[in-house]
Amino acid sequence: MNLTLKVWRQTNSKTPGHFETYQAKEVLKDMSFLEMLDVVNEEIIGQRREPIAFDSDCREGICGSCSLVINGIPHGGHKATAACQLHMRHFQDGQTITIEPWRAQAFPPVKDLIVDRSAFDRIIQAGGFVSVNTGGTPDANAIPVPKEISDLAMDAAQCIGCGACVAACKNASAMLFVAAKVSHLNLLPQGAAEKDRRALNMVTQMDAEGFGACTVTGSCEAVCPKEISLSFISKLNRDYGVAILKGK
Amino acid sequence: MILDSKIPSGPLAQKWENHKFDLKLVNPANKRKFDVLVVGSGLAGASAAASLAELGYKVKCFCFQDSPRRAHSIAAQGGINAAKNYPNDGDSVHRLFYDTIKGGDFRAREANVHRLAQVSVNIIDQCVAQGVPFAREYGGLLDNRSFGGAQVSRTFYARGQTGQQLLLGAYQALSRQIGLGNVQMFARTEMLDVVLIDGHAKGIVVRDLTTGEISSHAGDAVVLASGGYGNVFFLSTNAKGCNVTATWRAYKKGAAFANPCYTQIHPTCIPVSGDHQSKLTLMSESLRNDGRVWVPKRKEDAGKPAASIAEGDRDYFLERKYPSFGNLAPRDISSRAAKEACDAGLGVGPGGLGVYLDFAESIKRLGEDKIRGRYGNLFDMYERITGDNAYQQPMRIFPAVHYTMGGTWVDYNLMSTIPGMFVIGEANFSDHGANRLGASALMQGLADGYFVLPYTIGNYFATSKQAKPVTSHSEFKKAEEGIRVLTTKLLAIKGKKTPLAFHRELGRLVWDKCGMARDASGLKEALKRIPELREEFWATVNVSGESGGLNQSLEYAGRVADFIEFAELLCTDALNRNESCGGHFRTEYQTPDGEAQRNDEDYSHVAAWEYKGPNQAPELHKEALVYEEVHMSTRSYK
Repeated sequence: MNLTLKVWRQTNSKTPGHFETYQAKEVLKDMSFLEMLDVVNEEIIGQRREPIAFDSDCREGICGSCSLVINGIPHGGHKATAACQLHMRHFQDGQTITIEPWRAQAFPPVKDLIVDRSAFDRIIQAGGFVSVNTGGTPDANAIPVPKEISDLAMDAAQCIGCGACVAACKNASAMLFVAAKVSHLNLLPQGAAEKDRRALNMVTQMDAEGFGACTVTGSCEAVCPKEISLSFISKLNRDYGVAILKGK
Repeated sequence: MILDSKIPSGPLAQKWENHKFDLKLVNPANKRKFDVLVVGSGLAGASAAASLAELGYKVKCFCFQDSPRRAHSIAAQGGINAAKNYPNDGDSVHRLFYDTIKGGDFRAREANVHRLAQVSVNIIDQCVAQGVPFAREYGGLLDNRSFGGAQVSRTFYARGQTGQQLLLGAYQALSRQIGLGNVQMFARTEMLDVVLIDGHAKGIVVRDLTTGEISSHAGDAVVLASGGYGNVFFLSTNAKGCNVTATWRAYKKGAAFANPCYTQIHPTCIPVSGDHQSKLTLMSESLRNDGRVWVPKRKEDAGKPAASIAEGDRDYFLERKYPSFGNLAPRDISSRAAKEACDAGLGVGPGGLGVYLDFAESIKRLGEDKIRGRYGNLFDMYERITGDNAYQQPMRIFPAVHYTMGGTWVDYNLMSTIPGMFVIGEANFSDHGANRLGASALMQGLADGYFVLPYTIGNYFATSKQAKPVTSHSEFKKAEEGIRVLTTKLLAIKGKKTPLAFHRELGRLVWDKCGMARDASGLKEALKRIPELREEFWATVNVSGESGGLNQSLEYAGRVADFIEFAELLCTDALNRNESCGGHFRTEYQTPDGEAQRNDEDYSHVAAWEYKGPNQAPELHKEALVYEEVHMSTRSYK
């Protein structure tokens, strides 16, 4: 199939960006979306122009590098699918595809389709961990954890930190990302000791990074490649509220 | 160059305990005076950086990704081994040690492997304390499953995302230390050279991948945790960014490279679909617990739909050839068996490069829900990539390059032949011999980072007494200048062929001549072709853009240039090792029934190669492997 691509090009954070149009020719249905972009880039390099810069690494939906808004939807709008796992069999011959980067104040542009997501790292640094040093930990089976609790913690822990939730949100809120990490650790007995300060510190850092407020529209859950549930945001609100009430 | 493995004396089971006592310590107040540079933030790098910072060292950590959480350890699916013996099925430290030595086809160091088995139990405790949500039973205790090459259930797992959860555990520990100011993190930063002062590693030269700036960092020790070289084959299950540059450039500065020919081909990957393919996707080996591998018995059935082939016309070849291990035969053996079936014209799917992995019987026995509970995410992934529903028809799988057992030579303390440069995780050669067992990579990465390096690095500081390095030293300036010259040269060629095209060509050559099966004539052909390819690269490569600012074409070109050079060493080593062992299968050396034939008399050694300069043959050094505890036997899984 042949496709028309409208791609966001931006030299760096100081220069305004714009859309450029490219033709993707003889695209095969078994190609992944990124492989289609690879083919287009090879042609661009052949013309001695600069290829389209985009982040990708594992290309199997787990590293979270992908950050493409495809036809207005982060990762392209297929259930539980990151852009790298999206295959061209979902597109039609002659279609025009618009490709943009994540757009959020807290994710400044770097180049073309690449943005700076280090705000997420700083939120984790503020409290997304259990404060144990290496060594001296009790036997792994010393504290039984009910299977349902452990499974629920795993549901939250699956977050790949891609930032699609922020890109989809009209307020560019990072609540789903923060909720996933707070829930993962606060649900487990190992993380319970720091429950309050974790919720407080991570939310404080999230606000300081410039992410917007959550109005529970659920667009984050809809685009999440790991299907992280909106209910974790309720848990975060509860944990945060309890921490505030305790005056921590 | 002298290879001193520094294996401690004494009985095997006491070596590590005794050695820990013998290692010199750095007192707590002095630790902050030492700067450690950690390159890479995967399981090994992140766990080492966090643990060293917790001890009080000043750490800088570097990764080329935009965040340390994205390192490729994250993609490991199946699990992590540990000799906990929770299922009460006969496991022990000694059994894990023995299985790993045997799995490595008796080409690993006994002392290293025993230590690995010993600390495996601490890893699970550590990860649980960090909040890693391993799978649990209804009683609240941890669940285990079995994996290839073992007859006990010792694998801990977190759905099909064990690597992700372990890496996030290490990343969170690292993040805590970054937040506390004990680690300075440099993301989107690539190491391009290691700097030696008076023969000791004292720093690195890096390129800031966002600004393009070349700069130096000085440290009292350098730790490489930069992963394996599987992408030399172009198509592999590695992430696109995985590369050999850090360990290759260290090799050119004097760090011997050991056993590069030990490469692992994983049996259960999704087959190639066309020339556009950019990488291959692994399906966890755990699938072989419930899936049965088969091909049609007759060639004429190979093109037919699976359902139309009667039970009696199917060859469950792993169960037939290896009845006691069946579908859980080790990776090298399973991969080769699949290749043999496809070479015989029995392969299924496009191009005949695939075998079936069939869950029909398990679904009948356990129900679809149970299978979905165990492998749901893998079945979903398979469907996303192929468009096929594996609950209704068998998966098609084919072997793909997955892991590299070879790597930088290190002694028992994980130090390379460059004093002060330590190498951990997949980047070193130390623990897996000629073949790695499933669920052992995560174990080794974390063992090195959490429980080995934090002890051994102190001994180096306490005994070497080197002067504090500064980046104004002429060696740093020289190395920086070297990198600038290289960058300018790459950008100035302005030829017609892209780095991707070179990489693809190299990959095809290495896969054909030095892949699942190798022979002397093919390897000689490759060794003739690779230098030509290298010359073509430096004459005709087309690298776009400029050196200032983000330039992915330039980053990639540098990595491909190193892969081309490295490929020559890979093939040299494969040609030199006139035997078959583990992942290294030379067709000239096989038993009458097609199994790998080792030659213990001549090749029971580590082959460590020393760089001798451009266009010079590398020099081979041998470290003899001495087996005090285990009896070397023919590795049989029948």
